[in-house]
Amino acid sequence: MTAVIDRKAPIDQVDADPVLDVDGMTVDIRTITGTVRAVNEVSFQARRGETLALLGESGCGKSMTATALVGLLEPVADVVGGTAMLGDVEILNADRKKRREIAGTELAIVFQDALTALNPLYTVGTQLAEPFRIHHGMGAKEAKAKAVELMARVGIPQPETRVNSYPHQFSGGMRQRLLIAMAVALNPSVLIADEPTTALDVTVQAQIMALLRDLRTEYRMAVVLITHDLALVAEEADRVAVMYAGNIVETGSVAEVFAKPKHPYTKGLLNSVPVNARRGDELKSIGGSPPDLHAIPEGCVYQARCPLARDICATKRPTLDSVGATRKAACHFPEEVSPGREED
Amino acid sequence: MSQSECANLLEVRDLRKSFVVAGAGKKMLQALDGISLDLARGETLGLVGESGCGKSTLARTLLMLERPDSGTVRFDGIDPFSLRGKDLLKFRRRVQMVFQDPYASLNARMSAGDIIAEPWRSHKSMYKNKRERDMQVRGLLDIVGLGAKAADKYPQEFSGGQRQRIGIARALALDPDVIICDEPVSALDLSVQAQVLNLLNDLQQQLQISYIFISHDLSVVRHVADRIAVMYLGRIIESGPTEAVFDRPNHPYTAALMSAAPTLDASQRRERILLKGEVPSPLNPPSGCRFRTRCWKATEICATTAPPNALDLEVVGHSAECHHPLLEEGSVLASA
Amino acid sequence: MSTQLDLVPVKPTTAIVGEADTAAAKKRGGSKWMRLLANDHVATAAAVVLGLIFLTAIFGPMLVGGLATHIDLDNSNQAPFTLSHGWANVLGTDPLGRSMLARLIVACRTTLSVAIPAVLISAIVGSAIGMWAGYYRGWRETVAMRVADVIMSFPSLLLAVVVLYVFSPSAANIVLVLAITRIPVYLRTARAESAELQSRLFVDAARTFGASARSIIWRHVVPVVLPTLLTVATLDFCYVMLAESSLSFLGIGIQPPDISWGLMVSQGRTYLHTAWWLSFFPGVAIVITTVSATILAAWARIATDPGQRWRLTVPQKRLNRYAKTTKAL
Repeated sequence: MTAVIDRKAPIDQVDADPVLDVDGMTVDIRTITGTVRAVNEVSFQARRGETLALLGESGCGKSMTATALVGLLEPVADVVGGTAMLGDVEILNADRKKRREIAGTELAIVFQDALTALNPLYTVGTQLAEPFRIHHGMGAKEAKAKAVELMARVGIPQPETRVNSYPHQFSGGMRQRLLIAMAVALNPSVLIADEPTTALDVTVQAQIMALLRDLRTEYRMAVVLITHDLALVAEEADRVAVMYAGNIVETGSVAEVFAKPKHPYTKGLLNSVPVNARRGDELKSIGGSPPDLHAIPEGCVYQARCPLARDICATKRPTLDSVGATRKAACHFPEEVSPGREED
Repeated sequence: MSQSECANLLEVRDLRKSFVVAGAGKKMLQALDGISLDLARGETLGLVGESGCGKSTLARTLLMLERPDSGTVRFDGIDPFSLRGKDLLKFRRRVQMVFQDPYASLNARMSAGDIIAEPWRSHKSMYKNKRERDMQVRGLLDIVGLGAKAADKYPQEFSGGQRQRIGIARALALDPDVIICDEPVSALDLSVQAQVLNLLNDLQQQLQISYIFISHDLSVVRHVADRIAVMYLGRIIESGPTEAVFDRPNHPYTAALMSAAPTLDASQRRERILLKGEVPSPLNPPSGCRFRTRCWKATEICATTAPPNALDLEVVGHSAECHHPLLEEGSVLASA
Repeated sequence: MSTQLDLVPVKPTTAIVGEADTAAAKKRGGSKWMRLLANDHVATAAAVVLGLIFLTAIFGPMLVGGLATHIDLDNSNQAPFTLSHGWANVLGTDPLGRSMLARLIVACRTTLSVAIPAVLISAIVGSAIGMWAGYYRGWRETVAMRVADVIMSFPSLLLAVVVLYVFSPSAANIVLVLAITRIPVYLRTARAESAELQSRLFVDAARTFGASARSIIWRHVVPVVLPTLLTVATLDFCYVMLAESSLSFLGIGIQPPDISWGLMVSQGRTYLHTAWWLSFFPGVAIVITTVSATILAAWARIATDPGQRWRLTVPQKRLNRYAKTTKAL
C-alpha cells in the first residue's frame, strides 16, 4: 500500500485585479494611558486564487487588521483612517446593513480557537445551517441538508449522524474544519484565516491546510492567512506582508522575500528560525524587544533593534516603496539587507 | 570516581502509568504503556509527539509528581521511587522542570526573587542565611540574562520571554542534573524563542546539565536535541540520533510527522504524507500496533501482534517498533 | 557530585536587562498601600469613617464614662439637635434621661466586640478547613463539604435563638454561635479556590522542589485565597452585625444593662412615633458601619490583586473616560 500524498495542486489561476484592496487602514485604541496606534497606514491587496500571508509576531497588529476588516473591533478600538474595497463596496466605513449583507457572502473569517468560536449550546447542524437560513432564507430542513453537505465537503466522517452533535464532542481538528465549513458556506470571495492551525498538532495542521487549499480552488477565493509561523508561510502562501509594530514593513512574493529579504526585520526573523543552524550553533536572534506601542519613536519603528540603523532612521520614517517589480519594503537601505548576489 | 559516572545518568525501563477516568464504569487510561529510554550526562533528548501521546505524563512521572504503576527508573543507579522522606527530598534536587506557559507557571503574587528562591525554602541546608540566598538569586538572574534589579519585580512587569528566563533561573536554583523542558519556547515569539534557546544551550555547556526537551516544533527539536524519541499513544515508537531519525525515519508515523511539519528550507521538504483520520482515543487504543488505524502499511499481523523492535543497520541506537519498517532492507528485527 | 553554582556571573549571550520602570512604579513599604488608598476617594472616606468608629469603640467609653448610665428623669425623651439640654444630649435622650450620644458610643464597643471576634473565628477556622480540604481533595473534601452543608441547612437565626435560649445569652455565647453559623461561607469559598489552584502550574512547580503540603498551602494557596476571603469577611462583618442586632432586638442577644446598637433599636421600638431618635440613630450607626466596610472591602479586593492594581494607580477621571465605549456592530 502506498501513503496518501498531499499532491499540492498546481497554483491556481490568479486574478489580475484584487478582490480586496486595503489602502492606508489605521486603527487606534483608547487606553488608560492615552491613545495607541495599533495599525498604521496598512495597505495590501488580495486576489482570487492566491494566498496572502500577514506575517508578524504577537502585538504587531495583524489580528487587529483582520478584525477591523470584518467589523469586529473591540469597543475601545476605532478605525480612524483608510479604505478597504471589497469588489465595488467600501467596507471599513460601511453601515450595519451593508456589513450584514457581506458577512459570510463576500467576506468570511476563521478564528484560531474553534472551541470558543462555536456556541456550546447549539448543535453543530444548527450553527452550520445558520448562514443559509439568514442569507438565503432557507427553511430548517433544507438548511440542515446543506449543513450535512458542507460537513462532508470538509471531511468530517459520518456527517448525517454527527450533524446533531455538540461542538465539545468533536476533536480540535474537527472543530476547526467546522469553523472553516461555516466560513465557506456561502461561497465568499475572501476568506481570512486568523492563526487557524496554531493550536493544532502538526499532522492535523497538514490536513487543515490541504483542505484550505482545496477550498480556495473550488470556490475561487482569495485567502488571507494570518500567522507568526514562517515555515507555514513558506509552504502555504504565495505572497507575504510582514508586519511590525502596526506597520507593514515588507511585501512581495514569498519566494522572493524569503530568499532575499529587503527589510532588516524580515532578515532577522529568517535568521532566528532554527532551520539550517547545526546542533549546538548559536541562533542569530534579534536583540531587544518589540517597542511599547505607547512610545513609538519618531522615524523608523524598527530602529532600536536594527543593525543597519543610522541617523536618518531616527528622523525620517521610511515609506513602503517599491524595491522590485512586485515587491515593496519600508527601509532606507533595502539594498544593504540583501545585496544583489544570491546568499549562501 | 564512582562507577555511575560511566553509566547513563537516567535509565527508564518499561515504565507504565494509567489513570482512572470517571465515566460510565471505571475506565483505565493507559497514559504510559512501557516506556524505556536512556539519558547521558550533558545530553539533550528530544521528545516529540502529538496530543495524547503521554509526553506530559512521562515528564510528570520523571519529576516524581506521579508514581508509576510498574517499571523502573534509575537515576545515577538509584531508584527514586524507593526513597522516602528526607532522602526523597534530597533527590528532588536533581530533576527540575521548565514549564510551557510562562504566565501560569509563576505565581503572580510573588516577586521574581521570591520565585527563584522558593525551592530553597524546602531545602534549607543549601544556603545558610538570607545574605547568601540573595547573592545566589542575583547570580542566577545574571546567568539567565536578567539584571539583579529584576529580583524585586513582579511577573506582570516582564514579557513572556523574560518570564521564561525566571522559570529557568528557578529550575537552576537547586543545581539539578536534569532539566525537563516542557515546550519551553512554544508560547514565545520567534525572536524571543531564539534568545531562550541560545540561553539553554549556553547553560548546558557551562553546567553540564542534561535536558529532556519536549516540543511539537520539529525544527526546534532538530536544533537542540542529540537524540530523539517519538511517542505515540503511550509508547516510544522510534528513537535514535537526531539526524538519523529525521533523515531516515524507520517508522511510518515518524515519516508522516516529519513530512507534515512545514519547513523554511525547501531542500528539506518532502512529499507530505496525509494520514487518515485522527489519533485514536487513549482510552481505547487499537490492538496490536496502535498506529495501524492510520498507517498505510498496515496488514493483518499489525492487528494481532505488538510490533517488535526494528534496528537500523546503519546507525547505532536507531530503532523503531514496526512490523513493516520503512528501511525494510536496511534494518533488522531485534531478537525478542 | 555536582559543584555549587559559580557565583561569578557568566557573560550571557542574550542579555536583556530588566525594563525601565513603568509609569506606575511601585514604592516599597507601607506607603504603597497609602497611595493606592488615596487614589480612590470613596474608599478613603470609608476608611476614615471606619477608623473613627474603631477609635470610638476603643477609647469612647473611657471618655464618655458615666454619661451613658447617668439617669436623669427630668430630661427623659428629649428631642435631639438642640443644645438646650447640654452638649451631651445633642442627640437626644432616652426614656431614662440617659444621653443618646453616650449610649451610642458605649454600644459601639459592645457591638464591635461581638461582630469582630465572630468574624475572625469563623474566617480563620472556616478558611483553614476549606483550604486543607481543597488541597487534599478526596474524602477530606467530601467530609468537610457535608459538614458545611449540615450547618448551612439550619436557618442560622433560628439556631442562634435555640442555642441562646438553652444556654444563657452571654456575649461569649453569642460570638460562638454566630461564628459557627458563618463557618460554611468561608469553608466553601476557601475550598473552591484551593481546589482550583491545585491544577495551576506553579503549584506543580512547588511540588517538584519537594515542598510539603503545609508549605504549599501557606505559600501559594493562602496569598491567592486571602483577597477573596477578605471581601467575604468584610461582607460577613455586616451580616454578623445585623444578626447580633436582630438577636438583641428579639431579646436574646445582648442583655441590659449592657447596650448594643441592636438593643437600642429594639428598646426604641415602642417609642417610634413619639421619640423616633431612639431607634433612628443606632440604626444609622449600623448602616454607616456596614456601608463603609463594604466599600473598603471592594477597594481591598482590587488593591490586593497585582493584576487589578493598576486601576488604583490611575486618576479616576481617566478611568471613567476609558470606560466609555462606542457601540459595536
